[in-house]
Amino acid sequence: MAVTSMIGARIQRREDPKLITGHGNFIDDVNLVNMAHMSVVRSPHAHARIRSIDTSAAMASKGVVAVLTAADFKPVIGGPLPVTNSFVADKKQVPEQFPIAADEVAYAGEPVAVVVADDRYLADDAAQLVVVDYEPLPAVMDIEKAMEPGSPLVKSDRPDNIGWDAAFPGGDIDAAFAEADVVLKQRIGQQRVFPTAMETRGCVADYIPYDNRCTLWTSTQVPHFIRLFVGGALGVPESQFRVVSHDVGGGFGAKLRPYPEEYLATAASKLTERPVKWIEDRTESLQATTQGRGQIFDVEVAAKRDGTLLGLKFTQLLDIGAYHGVFSAFQVVACLLGGGCYTWKAINARSIGVFTNRMSTDPYRGAGRPEATHLVERIVDLVALELGMEPAEVRRKNFITSFPHTNNFGLVYDSGEYAKSLDRAMANIDYPALRKRQEELRAQGRYTGIGFSTYVEICGLGPSSATAPAAGIALVESSMVRVHPTGSVTVSVGTHSHGQGHETTFAQIVADTLGVPYDSVEIRHGDTGDTPFGYGTYGSRSLAVGGMAIMASCHKVVEKAKKLAAHAFEASEEDIVVDQGRYFVRGNPSEAKALAELAFASYGAGLPEGMEHGLEAVSYFDPPNFVWPFGCHICAVEVDPETGGVSIDRYVAVDDCGNVINPMVVDGQLHGGIAQGISQALFEEVLYDDETGQMLTGTMLDYFIPTMAEMPHFELDRTVTPSPTNELGVKGIGEAGTIASSIAVINAITDALTPFGIKHVEMPARPDRLWSMIKEARA
Amino acid sequence: MTQSVAMTINGRRREDHVEPRLLLVHYLREVAGLTGTHIACDTSQCGACTVLIDGEAVKSCSVFTVQADGRQVTTIEGLAEDGVLHPIQQAFWNEHGLQCGFCTPGFIMAAAYLLRQNPSPTDEEIERGLEGNLCRCTGYENIRKAVRSASQAMNRAGAEPTAQLVGSAAAPVED
Ligand code: FES
Ligand code: FES
Repeated sequence: MAVTSMIGARIQRREDPKLITGHGNFIDDVNLVNMAHMSVVRSPHAHARIRSIDTSAAMASKGVVAVLTAADFKPVIGGPLPVTNSFVADKKQVPEQFPIAADEVAYAGEPVAVVVADDRYLADDAAQLVVVDYEPLPAVMDIEKAMEPGSPLVKSDRPDNIGWDAAFPGGDIDAAFAEADVVLKQRIGQQRVFPTAMETRGCVADYIPYDNRCTLWTSTQVPHFIRLFVGGALGVPESQFRVVSHDVGGGFGAKLRPYPEEYLATAASKLTERPVKWIEDRTESLQATTQGRGQIFDVEVAAKRDGTLLGLKFTQLLDIGAYHGVFSAFQVVACLLGGGCYTWKAINARSIGVFTNRMSTDPYRGAGRPEATHLVERIVDLVALELGMEPAEVRRKNFITSFPHTNNFGLVYDSGEYAKSLDRAMANIDYPALRKRQEELRAQGRYTGIGFSTYVEICGLGPSSATAPAAGIALVESSMVRVHPTGSVTVSVGTHSHGQGHETTFAQIVADTLGVPYDSVEIRHGDTGDTPFGYGTYGSRSLAVGGMAIMASCHKVVEKAKKLAAHAFEASEEDIVVDQGRYFVRGNPSEAKALAELAFASYGAGLPEGMEHGLEAVSYFDPPNFVWPFGCHICAVEVDPETGGVSIDRYVAVDDCGNVINPMVVDGQLHGGIAQGISQALFEEVLYDDETGQMLTGTMLDYFIPTMAEMPHFELDRTVTPSPTNELGVKGIGEAGTIASSIAVINAITDALTPFGIKHVEMPARPDRLWSMIKEARA
Repeated sequence: MTQSVAMTINGRRREDHVEPRLLLVHYLREVAGLTGTHIACDTSQCGACTVLIDGEAVKSCSVFTVQADGRQVTTIEGLAEDGVLHPIQQAFWNEHGLQCGFCTPGFIMAAAYLLRQNPSPTDEEIERGLEGNLCRCTGYENIRKAVRSASQAMNRAGAEPTAQLVGSAAAPVED
């Protein structure tokens, strides 16, 4: 049995063979006998009163099983959608959202009725025939106007449009500003974007009448969370409610909550006594799946003439949408991380969550950390420009250098070497040569720019000590490791991969820790029927929290195997040596037993006195702290002043996520993450009409997702600074790329446009925006 | 009102009665049971539904089933032969050209067509050839790499991709 180190090896993913041959099992691939299809009738208005709903024509349409409205669902769905405290425990108001509107709609796309029919074509046909009589009401679309006293209300039963107003004082801000040589102010926007997983949402609900049992297949990042809430609302206990999520075609944060349609399909299955399938089409998805960002930051910075950063004040205005997302206040973490990887005397932040007549915002890849990085990295560049210093020098001068470091809000950064990644990235891009070339090109009337992003992020949610204020939640993770009689191993976990390759990387960890062949390890996830309770996959937590839960179970298995070996060798347990899955008495490695042999013995006769049969363990892991990946990205661009077009000439990234389990997977996470940040910087923006609240980017025709032609080659490199807070020394990498990249691009564009006197550029930096700015600057 | 259609899918002939409005992608997925072809948009933007009709890449969400009457259709399920992956599939696996894998069948089919047209494309030609396909996970870096390495592998093997893609389809197999 050749057991070398699997941890750290570039192993091809075991997930792939089925996916590249068309044998994946995504939500729309789930089909049951006698299954009906649900089509959702949605409000075309951003804000309206529902006067009446006439379902008679739809009911008479071919193949229709049922047409259901709020009145039908009220008796079956007990209660509203959940809202978590996240980073604001004390909200001004938490209006209840029932999965389907009864008398007033508050965003275009809100469900008002559903049609259940024999197939999806027939369901869609009948949905067209549902007649809803609306009385349109004024839509509130602008967050600043929504905050004004006397503004129209997003929903008429609310006192105002403020969801929260939370202060985050971090030190004596007045004292910090009193020392300043320069004080600069800047407004920095974060436009709304669509997460746009390529697989839209969808679910299949199979409620068994007279038995109060239900299986819900759904495309989600959080199967256990869905079971908890949907099962709870439907009155089906966890023991009888099974949530299954097979292959998930991307999530990016937009599939980490229970959604109205999951309640509605389950209730519809109960009401119609048939399995019910609902598959979101893309146009629906753009209206009815949570969106990301949607924030404005007003920032003020105080610095000394020598580049020392002193104080940072900012207010985050966050567009909640019509209802709180389940985790909308998670994005407030931007306040706690606004200081980035720098030392500050004081930071004073405030977050105001504002309701508008739009779909809710909720976490989108990075959730609050891209916003924090974008703001602090923009501000540092403004300081550098103002003081005539090199952007890299201002960064270097203010880097946090000793760890653990407690930031202005009491969060403890575990480990870091920020200057190292900066140096490495500058060397990799050959910074001096690039600057020289920039000068030469400027002389020829060409505008190139170089943008830095030195980031740190928080992930590995989360220590219960930190998450407890969120309604006593402990975001622990779980595992069950079972060694079968002939030595193969089943590992069940509470996290749920949706493209991250856990089946491969977790098996690498188990193979090493148990000393068994990689191929003998099977990872199960996504089915609450055979996995222990877990909070799922988001916030780059699956390895640092879930991986550690796996380690804990493996250790328990090894402990028991040692006892079995001691018994077999008639030795004392203290004398048993474990080496790569071989158990032997100290000094006698030639007579060893493999784990498989001990497993076989564990299910047989003749166990030590008092020992239970079997070889398995269950563990829950509560991390002692968050983990803090970091790195430096440098982007080089050229802006065409005649068209405003941007081309990315180089993109260099040096990331540090601690120890790496599978470098190929880590690089892949970075590629995708960086691409999403670049895309936000250059292209993407959800637009609604300000007056009517109609979505203007309602199809993929109107909302631009970049193709291969728009994406540069990514030049990746890494440093390795293990986290001291977990045995694997790992951090997280799922979001780092997105957290770092938008501002590298924007800083590069701003740098390119400095000759025009342009100091700040907002996202998305589309050609029309840049062209207008250049034109104005030239005039 | 239904209409009869007959076509050869991955070498097997089938006949069905379908509604004229039934999209080919729904026919493949729900009637023929080939769920490897995916749907990710409703405006012909994403390419997740790409299949080959008579060897040519087509977005099957933009074709009615009846339009494929009498044609040879190759889907992702028909690419590997006798348990051996097609070089493009192998390259996607080797180069980590997929993460969630939802876009992947469409990309592989589009790449199959591209490499048949142009066995040694430049990066720019790969980008142009695959601009009808969207991926949200990979940032395209490893897809580009996978197509490049598939092209090299296929050229090395002297394999004539055309034969591999539609050759077998020419000889219908009994059901
Ligand atoms: S489903 Fe998007 S192009 Fe066919
Ligand atoms: S691999 Fe997920 S969309 Fe391409």
